[in-house]
Amino acid sequence: MVYFLQQTLNALQLGSLYALIALGYTMVYGILRLINFAHGDLFMVGAFAAFGIAAWLGWPFVPTLLLSMAAVAALGVLIERLAYKPLRQAPKMSAVITALGVGIFLEHLMLVFNPYPRHMPELMPVHLWTVGRLSLSSHQVLIIGLSLVLMLILDWVVMRTKLGLAMRAIAWNGRIVPLMGVPVNRVISATFAMGAALGAAAGTLYAMAYPVIDPYMGVLVGWKAFIAAVVGGIGNVRGAVLGGFILAGVEIGVAAFLPTTYRDFISFGLLLVLLVVRPHGLLGRPRLEKV
Amino acid sequence: MKMRWMIGVLLLAGFALSWAVPHFGWLDPYILLVLMYLGINIILTASLNLVNGYMGEFSVGHAGFMAVGAYVSSVLTVNLFPVTGAVFLFPVAVVGGGLAASLAGLLVSIPSFRTRGDYLAIVTLAFGMIVKSALENIESVGGPRGFMGMEQLTTLPWVYVWVVVTIWILRNLVFSKYGRGMAAIREDEVACDLCGVHTRRVKISAFVVSAFFAGVAGGLYAHVLQFINPRMFDILKSTEILIMVYLGGMASLGGSILGASIYTIAMELLREQGAWRMVLMPLLLILLMLFRPRGLFGLREFPWLVPLRDLVLLRPVKKQKEKTHVPAGS
Repeated sequence: MVYFLQQTLNALQLGSLYALIALGYTMVYGILRLINFAHGDLFMVGAFAAFGIAAWLGWPFVPTLLLSMAAVAALGVLIERLAYKPLRQAPKMSAVITALGVGIFLEHLMLVFNPYPRHMPELMPVHLWTVGRLSLSSHQVLIIGLSLVLMLILDWVVMRTKLGLAMRAIAWNGRIVPLMGVPVNRVISATFAMGAALGAAAGTLYAMAYPVIDPYMGVLVGWKAFIAAVVGGIGNVRGAVLGGFILAGVEIGVAAFLPTTYRDFISFGLLLVLLVVRPHGLLGRPRLEKV
Repeated sequence: MKMRWMIGVLLLAGFALSWAVPHFGWLDPYILLVLMYLGINIILTASLNLVNGYMGEFSVGHAGFMAVGAYVSSVLTVNLFPVTGAVFLFPVAVVGGGLAASLAGLLVSIPSFRTRGDYLAIVTLAFGMIVKSALENIESVGGPRGFMGMEQLTTLPWVYVWVVVTIWILRNLVFSKYGRGMAAIREDEVACDLCGVHTRRVKISAFVVSAFFAGVAGGLYAHVLQFINPRMFDILKSTEILIMVYLGGMASLGGSILGASIYTIAMELLREQGAWRMVLMPLLLILLMLFRPRGLFGLREFPWLVPLRDLVLLRPVKKQKEKTHVPAGS
């Protein structure tokens, strides 16, 4: 029982990180119908930004997190302006390939400057509470709590503000909404900024929990978060969070009972089964195809 | 048009050259190796182009098929076939690898009946990851450490023959009834279903044939390198093949040859740049997509790759707005 609870805590920690990244995928997809394959690498840049700030400026946790989020948000907007915006009218695949290219570019640019894995300095001391045989670290509380707060803020922005209304409107119909006076470009930039900032927050938290970071860390985590977004129904904000926790639960569950090398095998297998049974994700709605 | 027979002569001459060059040592072994990789990349690119270009799906798991072919053919040559006859049984091993990969392609084509676009991309992605993960867990082929013991059975003439066979079969498929079905699926799946195209059969054939040649390329690759491990066939490899496809251009075999050649040679030339190589490569891709989104040769074809009947009767598939080069006969 204690073992089970312990693994649940681990799953919640991993799941909230997946969910934060998955939100970035799903928001961009909802608005532009573009799978932003560079998003996993924005997560990586977020971790490295936090590392740079913490190691060279020696700032504490809160300003480090905020500056990392701001920097990566700016990078996200820059990428959108330079690489994706000119392709908005082009065939869908061109933009997807460009996104793949941007991802590889970010990875290897980082690799030029960080050929060896970096060790993240400790941003805040770790407390360990033990209840019986159950142990709970302050990092776990921080990661789960902060992620929940960020997700609630995002949900509030999307559901309750004018910006969120504009985002949902563009997702609903991108052709009519500009005619109603919605500044589409600004809304898309805001979406990219928010998604990238969430990814950077996940990167910072990830680097605190697993302190060895390298330029390829965003690849597998990014793909997993993408799977989480798909499981929940891509384009659906709440689905992304749900998918993140489900995927983490499955992964931790597999790792707890089987050799860890089976983890990817089973989680991707489950994804395949789910896609065959329910091709539009758990919360996604199928779109009718018209001729 | 009268010069058609020249193609056969040139192909034969090419074969003789591919045999003579290594035999008499006319070229540096390094250049020979690059030429073999070039041929393998052409096979990979052309076969992926069948699904991604002609049929307009977005498959991201091509390296997975390649891995299946590489492992199956290596196990065949190392564990099953007698050592003495390895040279003669090598084509059997390569075809065996291709057949195993096409079985995997058959499996992947089943989800494609219900999903397409982004969701199918995820299915193929998951397939690639599953293959890699499964290979890491099979202890008898070395698990994550990889598999070795193959002799260097792939030679330049073999690569040449397989490139010619691949392009020839793909050309015949693309200009057949099935190939037109694929183009119809790309343009509008629902409409072509309503017009009586058996979309399932067309999709299965595209995936199976594409996977077969990816498996063949994998078998050749394993017997050049003489060592394979699951990490070679990860998502980066698939991305590399995608880049070659879109560099050359969608729905064009000539484009695939061009794309694979330019990419392979450029990557070799950039080798001196060290770590910057992989920075420049995606940058080139992004610039290409921004300024020429259809790739260098997208939706066009060399006249010598088009069957005579189609040169006379039909024009290559046109895409609206874009000026399509109509081969005016040669």
